[in-house]
Amino acid sequence: MTARNRPRRFEWAVTAPSFLWLLLFFVAPTAIVFAIALKPADRFGGIQPGWTLETLRVLAQPGLPAILARTFRLSALTTAVCLLLAVPTGYGIARAGPRWRAALLLLIIVPFWTSFLIRVFAWQVLLHPDGPVRRLLTAAGLAAPDALLLYNERAVLLVMVYTHLPFAILPIYAAAEKFDFRLLEAARDLGARAGVAFARVFLPGIRRALLTATLMVFIPALGSYVIPDLLGGPSSEMLGNKIAQRALADRNLPQASALSALLTLAVLAPMFAAFLLQRRRGGAPAGAALEAAR
Amino acid sequence: MSAFLRFDGVSKRYGAVRAVEDCALEIERGEFYSLLGPSGCGKTTLLRILAGFERPDTGRVLLDGEDITELPPNRRKVNTIFQNYALFPHLTVYENIAFGLRVARRPSAEIRAEVARMLALIQMEDQAGKRPDQISGGQKQRVAIARALINRPSVLLLDEPLAALDLKLRQRMLIELDQIHDEVGITFLYVTHDQGEAMSLSDRIAVMNAGRIEQIGRPTEIYESPRSSFVAAFIGDTNFFEGVGVEAVNGDYLRVAVDGLPPLLCFNDKRIPAGGRVSLSVRPEKMHLSRDPPADTERRNVVAATVEDVIYLGSHTRYWARVGRHRVAVQQQHSRYLLDERPITWKERVWLSWHADDGYMLEQYRAADEGLLSLPSAGGAA
Repeated sequence: MTARNRPRRFEWAVTAPSFLWLLLFFVAPTAIVFAIALKPADRFGGIQPGWTLETLRVLAQPGLPAILARTFRLSALTTAVCLLLAVPTGYGIARAGPRWRAALLLLIIVPFWTSFLIRVFAWQVLLHPDGPVRRLLTAAGLAAPDALLLYNERAVLLVMVYTHLPFAILPIYAAAEKFDFRLLEAARDLGARAGVAFARVFLPGIRRALLTATLMVFIPALGSYVIPDLLGGPSSEMLGNKIAQRALADRNLPQASALSALLTLAVLAPMFAAFLLQRRRGGAPAGAALEAAR
Repeated sequence: MSAFLRFDGVSKRYGAVRAVEDCALEIERGEFYSLLGPSGCGKTTLLRILAGFERPDTGRVLLDGEDITELPPNRRKVNTIFQNYALFPHLTVYENIAFGLRVARRPSAEIRAEVARMLALIQMEDQAGKRPDQISGGQKQRVAIARALINRPSVLLLDEPLAALDLKLRQRMLIELDQIHDEVGITFLYVTHDQGEAMSLSDRIAVMNAGRIEQIGRPTEIYESPRSSFVAAFIGDTNFFEGVGVEAVNGDYLRVAVDGLPPLLCFNDKRIPAGGRVSLSVRPEKMHLSRDPPADTERRNVVAATVEDVIYLGSHTRYWARVGRHRVAVQQQHSRYLLDERPITWKERVWLSWHADDGYMLEQYRAADEGLLSLPSAGGAA
């Protein structure tokens, strides 16, 4: 019995710091946001004492379901496109020679040295009606002369993919780099075509990284607000824009908090689902191994 | 009549390194054929060329009359057992074995029946639901065999399949491999650097060195009649004597003058004339040590020597005896029944003898191959 209890106590001791950290900087702020959502607003951007459900009415406004749906759709699309690009990229970098690998990784990390805001502005210049991309496409006959590349959902999607792509590539590369590529040879040897071997052996081999990449892209994408603000039009507003409007323009903190709380719940739900999924899959064998170790 | 599997002038380079140089092999249907050689000799490259993972720079590979040199791995009727087994870690034992049939989109009833048959063959019916990291090394090995055999390959390729196992398990798997070969009756191409494995399993062995095939033959031929000093020294242990033919004796024998030794008599199957250079290989177990000179000297070489080292190895004892500048390895069995005397020990003066038929003339001698011996025969003036 003591042999069982001791590792437990030790486990608690080593996890306590990160637990405290999460409590202080994640659970507490989230709780505060949820609490503010239930406070009455005052006229000067602050909150009044007492409790009210009044502000929750902001959640019932007519435009919100469409914005919520767009937020999820754009985030899901961003995630899907990022994964589609990141899987072959991560695979390619992992299979490249050591010198190439370092250079390619650098290329992926280099954009981080420039401010995020400046990069988004740069896209505004690039996609501008007088910008190089428009002119090139028109010259090549790929776009009508009056085509508008900016201020629509496609522009938002393009730049969201651009900004989130490294967060998908890096975990996938990290997993691919550890992947035993001899397994692909084994699959080919057993009769699988190259594509089948990739789908049936490589992808399952990096499935944890695929999940990580999904979360790393999808969750930040849900909170996007600068990109739709600078590159999108009124028809491509996301929830982040609404929160910013309530907090900065209307100076109504409780309403902004209510929308934030909604987003937080929307973010936590898939994470919780992923956690449950992983526990159900990985829990049993890990438990069995622990039993065997005892 | 052409062989079942044929390598025809196959060469492969990696940059400046010649991995395989003009290799020709003919393997018969159902044969257990081994490629034996030290690491880097090109044996694995030949295997990978046959599996389809490498393209040869020149030459062809023919399987059952068909040129398969350009076929991708998945379209070849060969399957491989990889050195590390390469079992799919995310699949159960059952699904690992079923993989080949699943990608071939076979009906599920057939898959069930075939996997069950394979699980029975490797006696792992009760482990079907486990993942590769939950089974032992020997079991992984068996799963790898079943996974390869379920595709009914024309040739099963085995790439050092026992290298990752400990000694006892290796010996047991050796017997199992032999039984499986007898049971399924397909052609096995076995790559190994372990001469013991190759000798005990193979119908024929191709000994490789530095990208070339040094000798092809049955295990007894390879051991008893090595073509070169490399084959003699790599397979088992031996003693080399370099000399010059002096005179023919009875037509079949040659008296050879070796520096520092009395003239040696030796069976002259190579028909070397008097005056020709002779490289002689005599295995340690063909030599005999005794305190008294041997009574029967008919066609025996008898040399006075001093024992320098003795290593008792249980089933036999290893001696190193000095004769002039030669250090001669001798292996002696014991029998208390026949020889109830105190054993020969260190620094004793002894008689070293061997029958003229037990010395074998090499076609090719390279001094560098002496490095392969367990102790160099010319081990300095210790």
